[in-house]
Amino acid sequence: MLTRRLALLAATILLLTASLGGAAKLINGAGATFPYPIYSKWFDEYRKKNSDVQINYQSIGSGGGIRQVLEGTVDFGASDGPMTDEQLAQAKTPILHFPTVLGAVVATYNVPGVDKLRLTPESLTGIFLGKITMWNDPALAKDNPGVKLPAQPIVPVHRSDGSGTTYVFVDYLSKVSPEWSKSVGRSTSVAWPVGLGGKGNEGVTGLVKQTPNAIGYVELVYAAQNKLPYADIKNRSGAFVSPTLESVTAAAAAAVAKMPSDFRVSITDPEAADAYPIASFTWLLIPSAIPNAETHKGIVDFLEWMLSEGQTFTKPLGYAPLPEAVVAMERPAIQKIRVGDR
Amino acid sequence: MAASRRQHVGGRYRWPHADRAFELGTLGFALAVIAVTLIVAGVLFHSSAAARDRYGWAFLWTSSWDPVQLHFGALPFIYGTLATSAIAVAIALPLGLLAAVCLAELLPSRLSDPLAFLIELLVAVPSVVYGLVGVFVLVPIMRSIENAVLPVLGGIPLFAGPVYGIGLLTAGVLLAIMIVPFIVSVSREVLLAVPQAQRDAALALGSTRWETVWHVVVPYARSGILGSVFLALARALGETMAVTMVIGNRPDISASLFAPAHTMAAVLANEFAEADSSLYLSALIDVAFVLFGITIVVNAIARLLIAATTNRATEVRG
Repeated sequence: MLTRRLALLAATILLLTASLGGAAKLINGAGATFPYPIYSKWFDEYRKKNSDVQINYQSIGSGGGIRQVLEGTVDFGASDGPMTDEQLAQAKTPILHFPTVLGAVVATYNVPGVDKLRLTPESLTGIFLGKITMWNDPALAKDNPGVKLPAQPIVPVHRSDGSGTTYVFVDYLSKVSPEWSKSVGRSTSVAWPVGLGGKGNEGVTGLVKQTPNAIGYVELVYAAQNKLPYADIKNRSGAFVSPTLESVTAAAAAAVAKMPSDFRVSITDPEAADAYPIASFTWLLIPSAIPNAETHKGIVDFLEWMLSEGQTFTKPLGYAPLPEAVVAMERPAIQKIRVGDR
Repeated sequence: MAASRRQHVGGRYRWPHADRAFELGTLGFALAVIAVTLIVAGVLFHSSAAARDRYGWAFLWTSSWDPVQLHFGALPFIYGTLATSAIAVAIALPLGLLAAVCLAELLPSRLSDPLAFLIELLVAVPSVVYGLVGVFVLVPIMRSIENAVLPVLGGIPLFAGPVYGIGLLTAGVLLAIMIVPFIVSVSREVLLAVPQAQRDAALALGSTRWETVWHVVVPYARSGILGSVFLALARALGETMAVTMVIGNRPDISASLFAPAHTMAAVLANEFAEADSSLYLSALIDVAFVLFGITIVVNAIARLLIAATTNRATEVRG
């Protein structure tokens, strides 16, 4: 009696697992949180096209993505900041960078009575260094004629957790301010001279919304979705540029001339007149040699799809698509990914 | 199946070595718990080796936290943790004790029981929810209070400086709200356990209600109340999410209660996932080790104090 029941149970389990298992090849990735919405959409759309490949992505953060791809626990990683030379040296197989979308960091603020703020690199740096402490400082008033800036202390807000967003922001500040570069530097986590810390883009958004006279930096997507006001920043050509998808793509296009072959480039503070100064690529980190042939095919095919059809999904979600010139450079680079162990 | 092989004594089955097996089994569980604690301490000690070699004991009194230049010191976090917990206990102890006295001694049972049940439900509210309530409700209230107090007390360094609403005091108040239910529920149980004979004797000698409670009942329950305070303190020391949402996450030591600060648990929660260099990671684990050490020390002091104040004949567990 018992043996019959056991046999029936075993048969049922076998049947169920057989129907679930299917033929879908599972590819695992992990990394940056910023592009998670667009990656999610992509992997879902791609699965609809190719039901034999299922890509699973965990948004554990850029640092986690880099660590996991170096250790080989995932098939690919994702990061908002390019890997450093030291990190690349630790890799058993050389890791290739593939830009996917563009993001921008915007300065969001909560100043009663102020609709649109214009900031120069000097004023932005001054605020976050603690040199400019009041909203009605002459430096700010000069750039914002006709705007009634209150005589209130500025409350800078930054990220308390390490993040690619911070990296892009301080990378920009380091480029435009030698003082910032010397005293604070650039990293995913820095020692901020002044200001409150919020955890995550949500934390900074929350703090800025709740604290009068606050100014913080968040990803463009967050600012747009939460309907936060954000500042126009003066770029290197002298124009005050609003962070839009077009101005962000223009920033990437401006960097194409000097794009290194490994795509590890910072596009903050670009030359072009219509470019937004605080923009950045986000990259997929792919090992140059993939042992499993099916995984290799899955990744290579996905990358090609991402560069063509994938870019059409970016704008509705608030991400700026890659400029044509970058896409043209990336297509041949996909060939560098080989099947094998080294 | 093998029914004939079992011993049946009066209809119930008995193993020959049941007692021994029971002893060893439960001893094993107790040792396993101790082993887990030792493993935690060992892992923390081992993984923080790089930071301990580089900074040594100075880590405990150095005040910088720079992931770019790799200068790390835990003092701001130690200060923030101890300060917020001290504020929390200072607010929660009188509040909690008086609430417990009210529930145990003054209210009739048909009021006291439902109220006690509701207060105990607060213990189950997740820390993140307290954090959200803190950000949306408590912070604006604290900002108004601090702005009102600033013109009057602003000269004193303790109440100086810009008012954000977010800061050390707000975190302390939020923690107090979180730990009061612990103090109330445990103290209430302890007070209810005081023998009625004690109260009767006091009243018989002519004490008023207040004198009975304050001079007879509460001192009798002293060790249990102290135990509840340390339980609350332990939660306050380790509290992470609620604190990080309202404290401002600024690794600075300031004389003012209105200034933002940082705590050990908060810095771990914030920076651990993205720590990009091994020295940075090691420094964070060193902070975790310090927090572990402080928690052990506080618990040891608690045990000693409770042992010192426990009257043998009236020993209350907890």
